[in-house]
Amino acid sequence: MAGDERYGRTDGQTGGSSISLSDRPTVHPSNRGEGLRVVGQPLRKVDAVSKVIGATKFADDLMLPRMLYCKLLRSPHPHATILRVDTSRAAALAGVKAVLTGRDLPIPFGILPVSQDEHALAPDRVRFIGDPVAAIAAITEEIATEALDLIDVEYEPLPAVTSPIAALEDTDTPIHDYGDRGNLHKLINLEFGDVGEGFARADHIREDILFYEGSTHLAMEQHAALAEWSPGGKLTLWSSTQTPHYVHRALAQVLELPPSRIRVIATPNGGGFGGKSDPFSHEIVVAKLAMKTGRPVKCTLTREEVFYCHRGRHPTLIWTRTGVTKDGRITAMHVRTLLDGGGYGSYGVASTYYTGALQTVTYQIERYKFQGARAFTNKAPCGPKRGHGTPQPRFALEVQMDKLAHDIGLDPAELRLRHLVPPGSVTANYLQIGSMGLGACIDKVTAGADWKERYGKLPLGRGIGLACSSYISGAGLPIYWNNMPHSGVQLRCDRGGGVTVLCGSTDIGQGSDSILAHIVAEVLGLTLEDIAVVTADTDLTPVDLGSYASRVTLMSGNAALQAAERARDIIARHAAAKLDVPTERVVFADRRVFDASDPENGMPFADAVQTAEAVEGTIGTVGSYTPPMSPGRYRGHGVGPSPAYSYSAAVVEVEVDPETGIITVPRIWIAHDVGRCINPVTVMGQVEGSVYMGLGEALMEEMPHRSNVKNAHKNPSMLEYKSPTTLEMCDVVTYLIEDPDPNGPFGAKEVGQGPLLPVPPAVANAVYDAVGVRVDEVPVTPEKILRALKDKARGKEGRYGPMSFPDIHWPAPTVVPPPWEGGDGRAVTDIRHQGGRRKVSHPERQH
Amino acid sequence: MLRLPSFTYLEPRTLKRAIQMKTNAGPDAMYVAGGTDLYPNMKRRHQEPRTVISLTGIKALRKRPTDRRTDGHTDGRFVLTAGLTLTEIAGHRRIRRDYRAVARGAELISTPLLRNMGTLGGNLCLDTRCNYYNQTYEWRKAIDFCMKKDGAICWVAPSSPRCWAVQSSDLAPVMVALDAQFLLVGPKGERVVPAGRFYHNDGIDYLTKHADEILTEVRLPRPNGWDATYWKLRRRGSFDFPVLGVAVWVRWDGTEIAEARIVLGAVASHPQLVPSAAEVIIGSKLDEEAVLAAANAAFKPSKPMDNTDFGLAWRKEMTRTYVKGALAELRARRR
Ligand SMILES: Cc1cc2nc3c(=O)[nH]c(=O)nc-3n(C[C@H](O)[C@H](O)[C@H](O)COP(=O)(O)OP(=O)(O)OC[C@H]3O[C@@H](n4cnc5c(N)ncnc54)[C@H](O)[C@@H]3O)c2cc1C
Ligand code: SF4
Repeated sequence: MAGDERYGRTDGQTGGSSISLSDRPTVHPSNRGEGLRVVGQPLRKVDAVSKVIGATKFADDLMLPRMLYCKLLRSPHPHATILRVDTSRAAALAGVKAVLTGRDLPIPFGILPVSQDEHALAPDRVRFIGDPVAAIAAITEEIATEALDLIDVEYEPLPAVTSPIAALEDTDTPIHDYGDRGNLHKLINLEFGDVGEGFARADHIREDILFYEGSTHLAMEQHAALAEWSPGGKLTLWSSTQTPHYVHRALAQVLELPPSRIRVIATPNGGGFGGKSDPFSHEIVVAKLAMKTGRPVKCTLTREEVFYCHRGRHPTLIWTRTGVTKDGRITAMHVRTLLDGGGYGSYGVASTYYTGALQTVTYQIERYKFQGARAFTNKAPCGPKRGHGTPQPRFALEVQMDKLAHDIGLDPAELRLRHLVPPGSVTANYLQIGSMGLGACIDKVTAGADWKERYGKLPLGRGIGLACSSYISGAGLPIYWNNMPHSGVQLRCDRGGGVTVLCGSTDIGQGSDSILAHIVAEVLGLTLEDIAVVTADTDLTPVDLGSYASRVTLMSGNAALQAAERARDIIARHAAAKLDVPTERVVFADRRVFDASDPENGMPFADAVQTAEAVEGTIGTVGSYTPPMSPGRYRGHGVGPSPAYSYSAAVVEVEVDPETGIITVPRIWIAHDVGRCINPVTVMGQVEGSVYMGLGEALMEEMPHRSNVKNAHKNPSMLEYKSPTTLEMCDVVTYLIEDPDPNGPFGAKEVGQGPLLPVPPAVANAVYDAVGVRVDEVPVTPEKILRALKDKARGKEGRYGPMSFPDIHWPAPTVVPPPWEGGDGRAVTDIRHQGGRRKVSHPERQH
Repeated sequence: MLRLPSFTYLEPRTLKRAIQMKTNAGPDAMYVAGGTDLYPNMKRRHQEPRTVISLTGIKALRKRPTDRRTDGHTDGRFVLTAGLTLTEIAGHRRIRRDYRAVARGAELISTPLLRNMGTLGGNLCLDTRCNYYNQTYEWRKAIDFCMKKDGAICWVAPSSPRCWAVQSSDLAPVMVALDAQFLLVGPKGERVVPAGRFYHNDGIDYLTKHADEILTEVRLPRPNGWDATYWKLRRRGSFDFPVLGVAVWVRWDGTEIAEARIVLGAVASHPQLVPSAAEVIIGSKLDEEAVLAAANAAFKPSKPMDNTDFGLAWRKEMTRTYVKGALAELRARRR
């Protein structure tokens, strides 16, 4: 059942932006059965004032006495062997204090234990234009830049792999000497039930091939890091990172220092979106340079260098085949993906799994098969960008749903509503669903957009399209294997009535610091101003794995909740004794601790802390959070499980000029099932930000490379990499669905990434409604629309998109019977798969 | 962050002094006005002046737009000094009334912030652009540079002896269409050049102006029975350079077109006059047929290269649509 709903609207095109929240009581029922005072309130973020007045100190704002500036020399070749590096001329330049090459940092690293394939500076091989090769520390940035030109590197160029299709070919010089085959980094083959039999039961089957172009995060702040090496032998690194804990581990590994001698502090991030989730070359290099020179060293990347750090959306080719019954029930789905991974592993193995993991959590799928491949290519590495690996297959799925609806003559909204995954169920690939508010989301956006009256009925050139999606609220498993909590909080109550919360979580602008304050203030009956939030400092704060996978509100929120409740219990016990009431009757509210049945009988919170401290000593507690075990037991089950899934639905309205193909998006209605808003304004901000980013991917963002000039990135700049401006941003009508999830703190689920996902497919579907052509790839540009329109006018298929999916030699499948076919989450050894090809029925391709 | 290299910055108060400074410093010196083109270019090492001579302190370059007077008489020409900002031009009442194509061209340039800094003179002298060239030093070095700066080859047309960098100013085509006159002041004195002869179809040597000369004034023709407009194609509603500009000027004689000029921007290294397109509308009432004929005539010589945003086929195709649109606008206004 969907609970509360909120409503807001932003008028993007008028330049101004306003959010209006419907009147709602300040006290609402929660899944904990309490009246909430702070949670759910649209309070100002704890760091808002300093951000707004420009007082926030980002990494590049930091200056230390005697600080040196670092610049990185980057590879001018997409693929080459390094024969010789001569740094003597650079080292001799006045003002240069140190030079590093790959030899100084020989130990590899990488975010995933299975992909330890990066070096801070390439020792013998470069893998894309922009791969770091050497580093300079000098007294000014200008001298450091000048010194770069004085480093002589001799390269022997190797053939460059420019596309994943090219990566399928055999090669003598694979980009890496590990991976599943040649230049294929990862190959996945999972089968949940016999899809062949599932297709045989279908009344209608369609196959589609779609392409989702790569895009980058485009965070406003370029990465920067500052390192200091104390005379006592301790390293401190300040960095604009989303994952200080992983940077801490990487530094210890590469620099061969005990972790206790390293302190990593994540500075406030000027946006991350997944682009600051890996340990990076510049972070390790400034640390090493600081150790070498004994002076603080800072490196601030240029925008172009950020394009080389990248880790953005994998360009992905998707083949998808779906069989449905007459009423649209999905009897089988088979998905193949081919990801362009770029030059390094990064999160790529996880990204590849994600292109096949979340298809199952929206509409019921009886049998499901997924084959995914990630290729190494000689481009900047791809990795996690908002939605990590799921927007691409979601685009394919939602466009195909639209086509299926047309094929079988059902309204696209109706088709989806009929087959929603039930709350509390387990999917074919063993994902445990909790709360599920997609139905409510679809109802909201279709009502808001007047879907029934307008869909299919607007004049030529105007159209609306629907798409839905889901996303994880944190990953069920950590990145490196361990059985410790994913998030930890320490909490300390001060005699003065203040409370300090310490947590390793990293505020990247999404407001995670404020979430901690909201939750603690709620439990202890305080206001946000009473809470001091200390985060993202490996010396001070317990580990939180980082700001990725939309995990922070749920995980650090639960940890904070536990710590706060433990503090409340201690204080309540002593306050109860003093007030002479049973402990259960003690209430915390309005900075007071009092008897629920006689509110006059109470004391200020500070007095209550003092009462407790007098007996217990310092009042400090800890809290932590470990996600529940997922029901899957097969190899590869680790990607997809989450404590809770968020849901979104969007209706996009487009205007397309049939003469030019020029497309504009005046309005989007979006509903997001967030479980519970800890703060509705920050939730709304995430929804609108996601819509904005999704719109950019839908309409214009791309990562083209120039094959005629050594596969150089075509547009590594803010001007030429086209991302929407405020003028392209549409009006957004947001509906927040609050259907509390049992696993979320106060029922909260994610909102940071999910609302991006429905936007690109809804745009493509709306284009079809507007002008009757299919653009089966993003970005949906005027050129592509016009091509499709012209083809259609010539009597051809009105479609623009990829025509084929290459033959890939897949490994034998891991076969897992779905839960409803007696499966227990484990893979079975399937006789049929042994000794060659098995028989699969191939129903005719239909449209 | 990309840093500016070190340079000497001079602030003359008079034109004479500025020219003197330039002559003294020689080819290592450049003028700067708003700096919105020069400074980004210096960061990327496209231009590497050791001395930068600012024109912003010269009062003569920042006069209020007025009618031109010689010996107490006005010749009807309207004078814009080169140091006016684009914001000032776009917002000026008389420009908006009598020279709407100029106001429109100006207000379509980049962003409000850049228009507050960018000047008319800087815009008309804007460097040509190419996405093999408008890249950092490191990027260009990785591809072995190109002939516009530091290299030998043209990546857009490898067998070509010339550079095809794109004329990217929004006001240049408008000025050519209006047949504006530019006043240049240099060490040898003053000279007046028609806008059409200020530009060269060469990506490197794109101005006929001598490096020492300062563009001081733009003289617009008397508003007597002509009309003009400017259409700009770009990806986004702000920020982006044109990938196609269409400036059209027509003189009406009653209900018929007596004279016309159609100029294409961003498809060549100079603002490209298309006489063949103008010819077909002369004598017409700008009826649908004439408009179509002009659009087709403009389409033919429109030859964008693959060095801007968007594909060149689509940009070429849009020439038709944009010429049609611009002419239809003029026709609608006449009615
Ligand atoms: C992100 C971005 C987007 C842009 N978008 C557009 C756009 O859409 N359309 C467009 O037309 N332009 C655009 N521009 C370019 C630029 O901002 C404008 O053309 C502006 O008008 C340039 O004027 P300025 O005074 O800043 O020139 P400057 O940078 O000061 O000078 C440019 C050149 O002109 C020379 N110069 C300047 N004044 C004189 C003079 N009086 N006499 C002789 N030489 C002179 C300088 O020596 C220099 O070579 C953009 C720039 C940026 C950075
Ligand atoms: S057109 Fe050719 S020579 Fe000119 S800037 Fe571009 S690549 Fe260089």
